[in-house]
Amino acid sequence: MKVVASPGHDASPGRADGASANRLPARMPGDALAAFALAGPAIALLLILFILPVAAIIVIALTDWQFGMKSLHFIGLANFAAISADEAFVASLRNTLVYASIVMPGAVLGGLGVALLIESGSTLRSFYRAIHFLPFMATLAAMAIVWEALLHPTIGLVNSTFAAVGLPTANWLRDEATVLPVLAVIGIWQNLGFAMVLFLAGLKSIPQDLYDAADIDGADLWLDRLRTVTLPMLGPVAMFVVIVVVLRAFEVFDTVQILTQGGPGHASDVLLHTLYRESFEFLRAGYGAAITVVFLVIAMSLTLIQARLIGKKVHYQ
Amino acid sequence: MSRAGRRLSWLAAIVRHALLLASGGLMLLPFVWMASLSLKPPGEIFQTTFSLLPEHWYAVENFGKALTTASLPRYMANGVIVCVAILALQILICAPCAYALAKLEFRGRDLLFALVLIGLLIPHQVLAVPLFVLGYNLGILNSYTALIFPFIVSPFGIFLFRQFFRSIPNDVVHAARLDGLSEFAIVWRIMLPMAMPAVIALSIFSVVSHWNDLFWPLIAVKSPNLMPPALGVVIFHSGEASTEYGPLMAGAVLVILPLVLAFIVAQRWFIEGLTSASLK
Repeated sequence: MKVVASPGHDASPGRADGASANRLPARMPGDALAAFALAGPAIALLLILFILPVAAIIVIALTDWQFGMKSLHFIGLANFAAISADEAFVASLRNTLVYASIVMPGAVLGGLGVALLIESGSTLRSFYRAIHFLPFMATLAAMAIVWEALLHPTIGLVNSTFAAVGLPTANWLRDEATVLPVLAVIGIWQNLGFAMVLFLAGLKSIPQDLYDAADIDGADLWLDRLRTVTLPMLGPVAMFVVIVVVLRAFEVFDTVQILTQGGPGHASDVLLHTLYRESFEFLRAGYGAAITVVFLVIAMSLTLIQARLIGKKVHYQ
Repeated sequence: MSRAGRRLSWLAAIVRHALLLASGGLMLLPFVWMASLSLKPPGEIFQTTFSLLPEHWYAVENFGKALTTASLPRYMANGVIVCVAILALQILICAPCAYALAKLEFRGRDLLFALVLIGLLIPHQVLAVPLFVLGYNLGILNSYTALIFPFIVSPFGIFLFRQFFRSIPNDVVHAARLDGLSEFAIVWRIMLPMAMPAVIALSIFSVVSHWNDLFWPLIAVKSPNLMPPALGVVIFHSGEASTEYGPLMAGAVLVILPLVLAFIVAQRWFIEGLTSASLK
């Protein structure tokens, strides 16, 4: 190891090599000052833009505060009682769960299938990866309007194609029975490519010797290798992809805001749309904050599970 | 390989391409439909028979309308201003903090890192009401500042830079100090240039997120002059043009085009940048 002397190290020369891992020992009294000069702006902004707002939203959820009111009036858990009795909120929570329970298997299984197909050959890999990933990064607000044209009851491609091959047609976005599944199809379309690239990364990390061992054991068909090596090895990745996709499904907003506004009735109300409407259209901040807290708890739980899964994966390797 | 085996792998290759072309075609269908409608006159759009290309080309009229009556250029210029400002401030604020976390010993370092991790846990939509109130009290709503300020510190950016900086050997830092560089100079002249993959990943993640963001702009600005592209195209859609699909699709093409072109040029970087946020 190359030893570089610096004035601050004279007091504890031994710490520089090995023992203190990859972190530098304090050099001189001014070091803490330097650290806070470097990190100060970020600390202040994290507090102002993240920590205090989260604390504020929890406090507001316990009050009947509305925009413009000068004082806070605490009403305990009344907002939470009110939202759980509110048909619109219950509908939006249920719809979000239904939406996520369609998008998750659709995007995860679709993404897995496409990833396996791409990896099973050596030609046109990056081309196929690119066209499946494109919907994930294209501006969803603009693409939602394209979907509206596709789903248009008279001039839309979906209805004219369905009519031509004898399938039933519908006014997809104005029908209570179809609106949520159709939004979920758009969700699958958007997230499938994302699941795919996560699976592709997982497939790359499977050691080649496992396939060699499977070959020796007589698993020379693609299907055998899939069953004995690929799928079991993808287990941890699959769990991770499931959580990430569910998390993204819970954050659905753009398509609902642009295409349905939660309608017809409350058939396509989802959590973030209800949160937005209560807080910024009806200006009921306390009520909206209670919905926000529910959303926060769900999202944080999912993120914590995701973080634990990443931890597991690291140990596994 | 036996003859039967060779025939099997040839068959497997055909099946593979057929399936991937089919699913890829479904993925691309909305893009193709968008491009097709953006070239057609209203009469052909409202025909029930389907054709990919128009009989009478109407691209000039449609794109002209999107560019003039919908002020698409303004929305896109706003998008560039907002994305560049957010990214520049994120790097300016996150990189020194990440360096302190990665390479310096100081009291409260673990607490600071815990703060960053909590920031990573919080979905940004949760912060909307308090940030709106903050913006109102500062008198900065309905301005570029309103669009930018909530995002100038990125917990993901700090986390990502810290990961990269940790992998840079301490000897590099020692040598720089011996050369008389200040800590800030070490961040900008040594660490950041060595962490270019992290800078690129954050840049793509940040620009794509904020170019596409609808939720916060919907809350933060009311004036059409300030709207970024995602919000602009929505206003275009909800306004007088709501059934004029030709100009609407032209607008959609223009909004997604910059990112799609960049994606085609730098596919690998885009995929890494956009997935790294989930793999944090």
